[in-house]
Amino acid sequence: MTDFDAIEARIERLGAAPAELLAVGEEILEHWLEARGEIPGREAREGFRLLALHRQAARGEPSFNACRETCRELVYRYNLIALDPEHPETARRIKLAAMAAKHLCLFVGGKMTEARIGEFCCASRDARGAAE
Amino acid sequence: MSTHKRQKTGYYPGCALEGTAHSYNRSTKALGKKLGLDLVEVKNWNCCGAMEVKNIDPKLQSYLSSRVLSIAANDMGLETVMAPCNGCYHNLKKAEYDIANDPATVETVEKLSNKAGHKAYSAEQVETIHALDWIKREIGEDGIRERLNNSLAGLKIANYYGCMYTRPRHIFPEKDQGGDSESTFKPHYMDGLLAAAGAEIVDYPLKTACCGGAHSLADSDISTKLVLNLLDAAEACGADVIATECPTCHSGLEMHQIRAETVFQRKTKPVIVYFTQLLGLALGIKPKQLGIHENISDSLPLLKERGLA
Repeated sequence: MTDFDAIEARIERLGAAPAELLAVGEEILEHWLEARGEIPGREAREGFRLLALHRQAARGEPSFNACRETCRELVYRYNLIALDPEHPETARRIKLAAMAAKHLCLFVGGKMTEARIGEFCCASRDARGAAE
Repeated sequence: MSTHKRQKTGYYPGCALEGTAHSYNRSTKALGKKLGLDLVEVKNWNCCGAMEVKNIDPKLQSYLSSRVLSIAANDMGLETVMAPCNGCYHNLKKAEYDIANDPATVETVEKLSNKAGHKAYSAEQVETIHALDWIKREIGEDGIRERLNNSLAGLKIANYYGCMYTRPRHIFPEKDQGGDSESTFKPHYMDGLLAAAGAEIVDYPLKTACCGGAHSLADSDISTKLVLNLLDAAEACGADVIATECPTCHSGLEMHQIRAETVFQRKTKPVIVYFTQLLGLALGIKPKQLGIHENISDSLPLLKERGLA
């Protein structure tokens, strides 16, 4: 099982732990950064490390911005849940947040698998192997 | 009902709308006709450069897109060009931005325009808009409500905009301006128009997420998994329909929905319909005139069940 398959499986199992979803998102981006030989930053942007990591990850790789809104969606869903954990919609919100996290995992995993096939969504180096 | 005098809008269908997205082309034209909006196809248009040219030579892509804008402005006297395809819309906007900000692009555009024997496009001669901008500006939500003939009430819709409608932000200076402007984080034009047509819009978390379009040829499984997640999320939101405004996203969703069944044994329910088709139905246009039967995703049983077809 690859790192990304394992992350995907973990997302499926996550319950009422929105902070864990954010952590999973950060881990996904860390894989991407490390595969490019970078050290993932510790700082936050707009209060979230996930957003700072995304900014770092997209530096010099504009096509990576195709997952920018997915990261922001994850943060938005996290805020919805964290601000009112007792809300009757919480279970559904967690499910939707998990789907945003899964999309990030699929996108970044796919991007790392594909090698040198264009500038758009697929402008990745053959980095997944190096990460694993 | 608004009676302001409307300008002719240049129509740039792009290659996809003459091929796989024929139904988007048909429904856009039918909707414009029904709404009394004057669309004039840009004469002798060419490919916008798509991804294929842009990946190899971005300046050549800018030239190709600029030629379309030049014909619209200099040969046809148009002030606005509407592109329903997200890829074309993105490329025309990118060309506009590069011509306004990058002298090297201007040089390439002038050189190639001279060689091709037409006037070079200059920044700001034409405004490029998307089909969503076109309906939103010319008709708006109130205009849709006033013309409603067959409400979409009871239809739950997840609006999917794809990633190129809003990305990169710097080529869309009119967006994120507050008020009624479009948002790059949470686009809402399609939501507003379809809600005005009576539909129930679900809170969809993957509105601008990648559909895997560019992975499709190199690694279909990645695209299928991405699309499956989009479909699963729509289903989790209770959506019957995923409304689209991009031919690449639309055909990707349709094809990989089928592929998910055969490769991953995962059947998903939402049907995929262009927003122009949904608005057309709400305004009383017949399904055939909107090309509903040309979609791969078979939405007719659902639309018939809801009294929309």
